[in-house]
Amino acid sequence: MLSNSRPCQPQSAGFSFENTRRNAVLEGNLSELGYSSPKARKTGTTIAGIVFKDGVILGADTRATDDMVVADKNCMKIHYIAPNIYCCGAGVAADAEVTTQMMSSNVELHSLSTGRPPLVVTVTRQLKQMLFRYQGHIGSSLIVGGVDVTGAHLYSVYPHGSYDKLPFLTMGSGAGAAISIFEDRYRPNMELEEAKKLVRDAITAGIFCDLGSGSNVDLCVITQAGVQYLRGYDQPAQKGKREGQYKYKPGTTAVLTKTVTPLPLDVVDESIQLMDTQ
Amino acid sequence: MYLTYAKNKSEAESLNRSWRSKQSETGGKDGTGRAVANTRGLRSQLKDSVPVTGMGPQVGAYGVQDTLRSGFSSVKNELLPSHVLELSEKNFQLNQDKMNFSNLRNIQGLHAPLKLQMEYRAARQIQRLPFLQSSHLALDTLKGNDESISFEDILNDPAQSEMMGEPHIMVEYKLGMM
Repeated sequence: MLSNSRPCQPQSAGFSFENTRRNAVLEGNLSELGYSSPKARKTGTTIAGIVFKDGVILGADTRATDDMVVADKNCMKIHYIAPNIYCCGAGVAADAEVTTQMMSSNVELHSLSTGRPPLVVTVTRQLKQMLFRYQGHIGSSLIVGGVDVTGAHLYSVYPHGSYDKLPFLTMGSGAGAAISIFEDRYRPNMELEEAKKLVRDAITAGIFCDLGSGSNVDLCVITQAGVQYLRGYDQPAQKGKREGQYKYKPGTTAVLTKTVTPLPLDVVDESIQLMDTQ
Repeated sequence: MYLTYAKNKSEAESLNRSWRSKQSETGGKDGTGRAVANTRGLRSQLKDSVPVTGMGPQVGAYGVQDTLRSGFSSVKNELLPSHVLELSEKNFQLNQDKMNFSNLRNIQGLHAPLKLQMEYRAARQIQRLPFLQSSHLALDTLKGNDESISFEDILNDPAQSEMMGEPHIMVEYKLGMM
């Protein structure tokens, strides 16, 4: 709708706040009647990142929740930003998705303009400036990791725009469970297999100890040589197989006695009713 | 002292007002950690123009509130912004430009922002009639918007909006006849 408060001026692009009042009134009416308005789908996640000897490993679980219901059992939370930079997203699923797509486009344009491969700090800076501009209303927490000409870097960005640069990071609802594994077993300059196992264990801790995380573990190994995206690296939450058979073979129980009592029935009345089969 | 050139008096007034509201805006957080956009009182939160009932754009054919087109009305609705981000988003580009020009003036001297603003003014005039969509290619290139993608490019693209402005009114407004 053309904004009625400014019929003389052309419409502006970007976010439009015309319907916020109407939405607030609608939500107020709904809550009076006892219903609740639909919530945005969150990812309810465990995401983790670690810097090892040759580069960066990012890990994530694959469950997306809609309040208390699992909306997607196998979603991808590790998003592509540049050939050497990947980003894990937690928080509101749509916000994380659109934010990372915008960052990917911006970084591509920027690297075309400068003529150099992108740096991880570029992505982090643009992300935090955008998230701060919207004051936390864009609810996406992100872990950005990659290997560029200056080395391997790992940053985490919070929805309000703050960021951290650390050798190991976790975010999402299962962050507490995952960070405990990291705090216990992280050492600087680990080997590839040991680091993969560590991230796998951290995400598995999030999957088992947090209700919002579940299904599989995805890993993304980024080194100077290239990127290895291991989707479905581990599936710890599979349904278990039954160990034994609980059916009894016929003849397991011995028959001791057998009595047969016939029931004699006499015909009392006989009548014929015609059915209408037309 | 920061100089700016405005197209006409109303634009100068709105620039002054947004500059003053920017001065009083803190963008801080309150005790519970929620972001508070304006903490310096009601004045900085008021919208730019205070409408008068019976004369504003909400008035329909019979001189009363046109509820179908413009929704429910209340004085509070029309005076205060409906969302925390509404004012800050409206003035965002303006404030960014001010900050950048001020930096440029401090670094390179007064000529630098003056020249740039002259170029912006010239590039802004390259457009179609106000009710038609213009690409603003020259202005975008000058500002550097051709090398970045933000929500202005993804959401609510005016080129694809379903409503067109009333041509006569928009041209009159543009020429300052309204």
